[in-house]
Amino acid sequence: METLEQIKNRAELAARGAKIEIIVNPGPAQQPSFLIDNDHAVAVATFLRDHPAMSFDFCSNVTGVDWLDRVVKKTNKVKQIVDGVEKEVDQTSEEKIPGYLEAVYHLYSIKLKHGPLIIRMRTANRAEGTHLPSLTPVWRSAELQEREIFDLYGVHFDGHPDLRRILMWDEFKDHPMRKDYAPPDDFEWEPTAHDEVLERAKQHYPARPELDGAEKITSNQ
Amino acid sequence: MSEIDEKLRSELQKQGIFVVKMQDLYNWGRKNSIWPLQFGLACCAIEMIATAASRYDIARFGGEVFRPSPRQADLMIVAGTVTKKMAPQIVRLYNQMPDPKYVISMGACAISGGPFKQGYNVLKGIDRYIPVDVYIPGCPPRPEALLHAFMELQRKIDGQKLSGADKAEFLKPEQPSEFPVPEFGEHDLNPPANPRTYHPPVVEKQ
Amino acid sequence: MSATVQTAAPPGMTSRLDGELLEVSMGPQHPSTHGVFRMNVALEGEIVRKLKPVFGYLHRNHEQIGENTTYLGSMPYTDRLDYFCSMTNNWAYALSVEKLAGIEVPERAEYLRVILAELTRLQNHASLLGFLLSDMGAWGTPLMYAFREREKILDLFESLSGSRMMCDYMRFGGCRVDVDDAWLTRAKQIVDRFPKFLDEFEDLILQNEIVIARTQNVGELSPELAISAGITGPMLRACGVNYDIRKVDGYGIYPRFKFRVPLGDHGDTYDRLMMRALEMRESIEILKQALPQIPAGPIVNPKVKVRAFRPPVGEAYGRIEAPKGELGFYLISNGGPNPYRYRVRPPSFINLTVLEDLCLGHVVADVMVILGSIDIVMGEVDR
Repeated sequence: METLEQIKNRAELAARGAKIEIIVNPGPAQQPSFLIDNDHAVAVATFLRDHPAMSFDFCSNVTGVDWLDRVVKKTNKVKQIVDGVEKEVDQTSEEKIPGYLEAVYHLYSIKLKHGPLIIRMRTANRAEGTHLPSLTPVWRSAELQEREIFDLYGVHFDGHPDLRRILMWDEFKDHPMRKDYAPPDDFEWEPTAHDEVLERAKQHYPARPELDGAEKITSNQ
Repeated sequence: MSEIDEKLRSELQKQGIFVVKMQDLYNWGRKNSIWPLQFGLACCAIEMIATAASRYDIARFGGEVFRPSPRQADLMIVAGTVTKKMAPQIVRLYNQMPDPKYVISMGACAISGGPFKQGYNVLKGIDRYIPVDVYIPGCPPRPEALLHAFMELQRKIDGQKLSGADKAEFLKPEQPSEFPVPEFGEHDLNPPANPRTYHPPVVEKQ
Repeated sequence: MSATVQTAAPPGMTSRLDGELLEVSMGPQHPSTHGVFRMNVALEGEIVRKLKPVFGYLHRNHEQIGENTTYLGSMPYTDRLDYFCSMTNNWAYALSVEKLAGIEVPERAEYLRVILAELTRLQNHASLLGFLLSDMGAWGTPLMYAFREREKILDLFESLSGSRMMCDYMRFGGCRVDVDDAWLTRAKQIVDRFPKFLDEFEDLILQNEIVIARTQNVGELSPELAISAGITGPMLRACGVNYDIRKVDGYGIYPRFKFRVPLGDHGDTYDRLMMRALEMRESIEILKQALPQIPAGPIVNPKVKVRAFRPPVGEAYGRIEAPKGELGFYLISNGGPNPYRYRVRPPSFINLTVLEDLCLGHVVADVMVILGSIDIVMGEVDR
C-alpha cells in the first residue's frame, strides 16, 4: 500500500475540490485515518474503490461514534512585556470544540490484500445537522451498518436506499447509543444493589413506598 | 374422596387390577408427556438443544416432543435474554398456548436480565408479564440444570389437585389464562410490567 | 453432479393469487430461523418476490454495556456474542486490545489460542451442518451426530476453563489457565478420531440425493456482489474468492502452519455446505501440527496490568477469521478504564446483507435452507 500522503494527494487530484485531512492515531496500533469532507465523500470513496493501485473493494466495518461538546485547555508560551522586560508567560486558553457525530469506515482490499484504510466523516453538530452522505452505493456492505448507525446514533445518511430503524422498534424515538441518552428507569431492585444501581433504585422507590417496601432501602443508608 | 385400603390395593395389583384415583392417573399422564414449545431466544437455547440431543436426552422424561406451534405445547422454556422488542411476542405465544400451561424461566437473563440488565432494550425478567413456574439460575444453566427444572415441574404437576378448594389454578374459572400484551412505546414498553401479576420483591432490613 | 433444481418456478407452482402478492411474516418464533430472526416475505404462489429481514429481537445492548464496563469486564460479554464460538470471540477482542495497548503475547499462549480456535471451528461447523440438515427436514439424526461430537469438544473446554459454552478463557497478553499433558493427550485423541466422524458424516449427507437436490443451484452468490456486500468467511470462499484472514493478516502464529484454503466454484448453498466440511479437514491439519509442537513457557505476558488497566489514547481495529467470517473489534480509548467506543463487527450480521438477493425467485422452502447455509447466530446479529 502507498503511504497515506500519497493516497491523499491522488484522491484529492481525482475528486476535484475534495479536502482530506489525515487524523493521527497516537496509540501503538498505528492506524491513522482520513477525514473526508462530506460533499466529496462519494467521489473519494469511488476513487478508492476503483483505482487499480488502491482497489479498496471491501468495506469491512462501519461505526458510528458520538463526540460530545468538549473544552480543551491549551497552554501557550507567549512573549509579553512585563515591567519593560520581555518575558515568556504561560497563557491558558480554552477552546470549545462543538460535538459531532462521526461515521468511521474500515476499508480493505481483497484484490490486492492490503488495508486497513480508515476513512471518517463528521456531521456539523449533534442536534439538527446530522446528515452524512451514504456510501452504500459504493459498498453494499454499508447498507445494514448505516441503518444501524441511523437507529442508534441518529445520523441521516442521504442517498441510502432504505433508511429505517433496524434494531429498535419503529415507534422508538431516542437514539440509545448517544452518550447523553437516558435509559428508561426500569430496574428498581436487585439483591446486591451497589453504586450506580443502588442510586437508581433509591430514585425509583419513593414513588410507591408502602407498596414495595422502598423506605427500607432508603432508610438503611 | 375416601382413601382406598393399601392392602386391598396391592392384593388387586397382584391380580392385574390397578386401582388409582382419577387425579393420579391424569397427573401421571400429564407429567410424563410435557411437550415444550420449540422456541429459543439466545445462548440458553443451545443448552436446551443440547439437553434434547444425544448425551442428555430429555426423552427420558417424556419431554422430547418439541412443538413448533404454541397451540400444541404445554410448556414454554424461556431460554435466553428477553428483549423489549421480543417481549410482546412472547406474551402472545403464551396466550396462544392451551391450558394447562407452564413456564420455565431458563437462565439469568430470563429471570432478571442477567448480565445484560443494564441494557436499554433488555426486559428485566419475563415474570413482569407472564407467570413463571420454575426458575433456573445459571449463565447458561447446564443441561443437568434444565433436567432438574423439568423434574421439579413434574413434581409440581403431580401435586396439582383436580377438585376441591385448593384445586389447580388453571381449573379456576376466575384465573386469567391470557395476559395483556404490552405495546411499543416511544421510550419503553407500555406498560413496563403487568401490575396485576408483577410485584417487585421487598427488601428486608438486615 | 448436474443441476436438478431450477431456480425459476417449477411447473405447477406458479399459481397466482389473483396476481396479488401474499405477505408472510416468518419468525421471530420459527423452528428454523436459528433464534429470533424474522423475515417479511412477499410470495407469488410459492415464489419469493420480496424479502425484508427484521432484526433486533435479540438486541441486548452489547456495545453500550461494553462502553460502560472496563476493558476486561467486556471479556465475558464477548462469549455471549456468537455463543457457539466463545473462544474465537475472546481472541478477537483480546487481539484488538493488544493492538490498542501494544501488548506482546507469549508463544505458548499463541499456540493455545490456535488450538482452541480450531477446536471451536470444528464444533461450530459440525453443528451448523446438523442444523442445516434439520432445516431441510432431516430432523434428528444429523443434528444428534453433530452434537455427539460437539459434546466431546465441549468437555475439553469445560475441563480447561470451567464452563461448557461461555469459556471466558483469553486475557490481554495471553490466556487464563494453562493446560497439562493429560489435556493435550485427550485433545489429540479427539482430533485423531474426528476424521472418522467426518467420513461417516459426509457419507451420510454430502452425497445424499435429497441434499443435492435441495442445495445445488439454490441461492447462488456472485463473487462481485459478495465482495461489495462485505461477505466474509466460508460464504465468501464458496464464491471462489481466496480471502482467509488467517492467511492474509497472518495474525497469531498462523503463518507457521501448513494448511489449505478451500474454495468453491458456484457460490450456491451446496458449495457453502461443502466449504464447512472441507474447512473442518484443514482445521484438523492445523491441530495435528499445533498439538505436538506446543512449547513450554508462560501463558500470559507478566507486564500486563490486571487492575487499573488503561490503554493509551488512540484507536485500533483488530480482526480474526472466526468460524462465521471476519470478526472484528473497533476500540477507541481516551485513556480511561473503559473504552470510549466499543464496536463489534459481526460477521453473520453483515453476511445477511445479501439474504434478499439470494432468495429472490426461489420457493419459500428454500429460504430456510439458504438462511441456514449463511450460518447466523442471533447473539451476534443483533448484539
